[in-house]
Amino acid sequence: MCLGIPAQLVEIVDPKAKTAKAEIGGVRRIVSCALLEGEAQVGEWVLVHVGFALDRIDEEQAAETLQLFSDMGEAYERELAEIRKSAEGAA
Amino acid sequence: MKYVDEFRSGELARALASELAEAMPPGRELALMEVCGGHTHAIYKHGLDELLPPGLELVHGPGCPVCVIPVGRVDDAVALALEPNVIFTTFGDMMRVPGSKGSLLDARSRGADVRMVYSPLDALELARANSQREVIFFAIGFETTAPSTAVTLLQARAQGIGNFSVFCNHVTIGPPLKAILDAPELRLDGLIAPGHVSAVTGSRVYDFIAAEYGRPVVVAGFEPLDILQSVLMLVRQLAQGRAEVENQYTRVVREQGNPRALEAIEQTMELRDSFEWRGLGSIPRSGLRLREEFSEWDAERRYAVPGVSVPDHKVCQCGQVLRGLVKPWECKVFGNACTPESPIGTCMVSSEGACAAYYHYGRNRPKRLSR
Amino acid sequence: MSERRSKAAAGRRRKPRLLNERITLVHGAGGKATRNLVEALFLGELGNPLLAPLSDSALLEAGGAKLAFTTDAHVVQPLFFPGGDIGSLAVNGTVNDIAVSGARPLVLSAAFVLEEGLPISDLRRVVASMAEAAREAGVVVAAGDTKVVERGRGDGLTVTTAAIGLVDERVSLGAEKVRPGDKVIVSGTLGDHGMAVMIARGNLELEVEIASDSASIYPLAESLFTLGEDLRWLRDPTRGGLATTLNELTEASGLCVVLDEKALPVREQVAAACEILGLDPLYVANEGKLIAIVAADRAEQALATLRAHPLGAEAQIVGEVEPEPKGLVLLQTAFGGSRVVDMLAGDPLPRIC
Repeated sequence: MCLGIPAQLVEIVDPKAKTAKAEIGGVRRIVSCALLEGEAQVGEWVLVHVGFALDRIDEEQAAETLQLFSDMGEAYERELAEIRKSAEGAA
Repeated sequence: MKYVDEFRSGELARALASELAEAMPPGRELALMEVCGGHTHAIYKHGLDELLPPGLELVHGPGCPVCVIPVGRVDDAVALALEPNVIFTTFGDMMRVPGSKGSLLDARSRGADVRMVYSPLDALELARANSQREVIFFAIGFETTAPSTAVTLLQARAQGIGNFSVFCNHVTIGPPLKAILDAPELRLDGLIAPGHVSAVTGSRVYDFIAAEYGRPVVVAGFEPLDILQSVLMLVRQLAQGRAEVENQYTRVVREQGNPRALEAIEQTMELRDSFEWRGLGSIPRSGLRLREEFSEWDAERRYAVPGVSVPDHKVCQCGQVLRGLVKPWECKVFGNACTPESPIGTCMVSSEGACAAYYHYGRNRPKRLSR
Repeated sequence: MSERRSKAAAGRRRKPRLLNERITLVHGAGGKATRNLVEALFLGELGNPLLAPLSDSALLEAGGAKLAFTTDAHVVQPLFFPGGDIGSLAVNGTVNDIAVSGARPLVLSAAFVLEEGLPISDLRRVVASMAEAAREAGVVVAAGDTKVVERGRGDGLTVTTAAIGLVDERVSLGAEKVRPGDKVIVSGTLGDHGMAVMIARGNLELEVEIASDSASIYPLAESLFTLGEDLRWLRDPTRGGLATTLNELTEASGLCVVLDEKALPVREQVAAACEILGLDPLYVANEGKLIAIVAADRAEQALATLRAHPLGAEAQIVGEVEPEPKGLVLLQTAFGGSRVVDMLAGDPLPRIC
């Protein structure tokens, strides 16, 4: 439900009508920023749903989530390495 | 694509899956519902279900706005589309949903001017460009989509565009979840809550699930790593005997939601006493209609819609599928009388429905990948 | 598990049935509905041994020559789109059907249905573009016809073409030639044509530079003919995309194709437009690509041959033929799972909410 696509605002089209151009992967579309708190700024990342910027994407929070993933990934790699080592030792 | 690709890493998926297998409480069978059809779609598209440990099952919930529109409302839409001088606008995936007298695509083959739009604002633009015609927008969707319709209505009023109206079928997420949780023989241990609905409503709308039903809830993003992490968070809560509302999708969802979006809905729409859901029946205070002061833009007030309720097909077991009691393929008509080309029940209607997802993606699971 | 498998498989083998009372757009989308229409209605009335295989061209013998014969109707809105127009599309589409049948295109016919009011300048542009495409493909338009219909009854301009080709004696292609272990090669990026046209219609209000891949793939096909019997099967994945074309192969051969998602070539813009519209590039049309099934030990050679040609510069080995599960196309996802890749069901309508 509710396809939402992360896109970056690349141009403010009409500040009065609260429209801006959003881009993802080289595809651009004019979206409404009427649902955003405060003025939309070029460079901001937003979540686009049916032609509206539904909300901003919090870059810090995104980085935190990714950091959590990569910590898990490293722990997993370490574990794998240990298993391999002990398997070699047993052989 | 930023915020997309990095959340689809196969390497990190293996790490998360291994973490998840360790977190599983030994000897327990867990059933988690992903409420949202977008999650269902992502789970199958990426083959995420194969990374889940044994004993953990995902039940596909009612959160597909296309699927939940009852047959009677589709019939109303077809009737509106066939009104003289009308341009009937709809999201693409709604076009082939069958009513009792065919779909909007069928209406088009009978001469109706049915057009696909990407945004309700495109429908308003169409009205502006075709002042001699009447443009109706088929508004569907949960709280995610309702604000877009609301802003479009506010713009129509501000700009005095009179040849535009909305056939409002917006629904809310809380009541159907309550209906599912209230049903007898419930077997759900926790819920993966829809991230984009929650961006509007905030995560607090699920507090009653933890408080009254003792089930943990995690608000989840839509990339496969988001979903996998949300499953892990739920399993950890269950292993520790907790039932809380947690938020995995912190980059988008805040506890209080999006106040501007909620205000736009409040300004333009109000709760109906009851709304019929395909597969779930009538649920009190679960649907939205336009407020009195927007009656000029309300297609239900401007046109005579049939408004006839058409019961779900008797053999269809979607209601049980949605509660996790029956697997899609256990339904009598799955894959024979009921297929994505000629669906009988809600779960086969859109590619986000549970049965359609099984039919398209999971009909023949090869053996699980080794971990 | 087995119940689910057999039920789904039974659903899939169902006899073709036409459930609709009228033609809808879905019947033209190239997926299951199109096939139902062709099998339930056309084959029923017109069926004969030449038509029955429903391949890209009919193969026949005349005066000792082995010929490939095909026909194609072209409707596209808009008539002009980035990377091509209805004229070049008509030539390339028809020539490609001959090429993937293992034959060299010789002559074309073209019949035009023109709508009253069509600007002559548009028609001239279309025909000039046809002439250029025919020159590039090495064919001539040897016969033609013109009709005019009243305004509102003709979609501007439609073109119906037919072509005859000479079968290349070095190859003998067919689903029955495909063996487990064979490799699946695509000659370049997927979904360019379908997405270019969808965006050029303008109703989605998307701005992006995506050009149709419309081109004659005969040079690519011909470069593979040297593989002889190690070249098993060739197709051009038009309507319904790679997914639908490969499903036709697995159904006809009773084998399985396993695709590797990481190897699938898709342009960033096409991938992004697909994300936005909730579409899958595997189902989006191509008009200048071929899929080749090649014996495993010749696959690298075939890949190098394709890449040596500008049209095949982005060719990739994208999968492998396996014996089981019979009749299915599977995808190993980049995420580490797998899924079934079904035929296109319905029209590829944007999934928005």
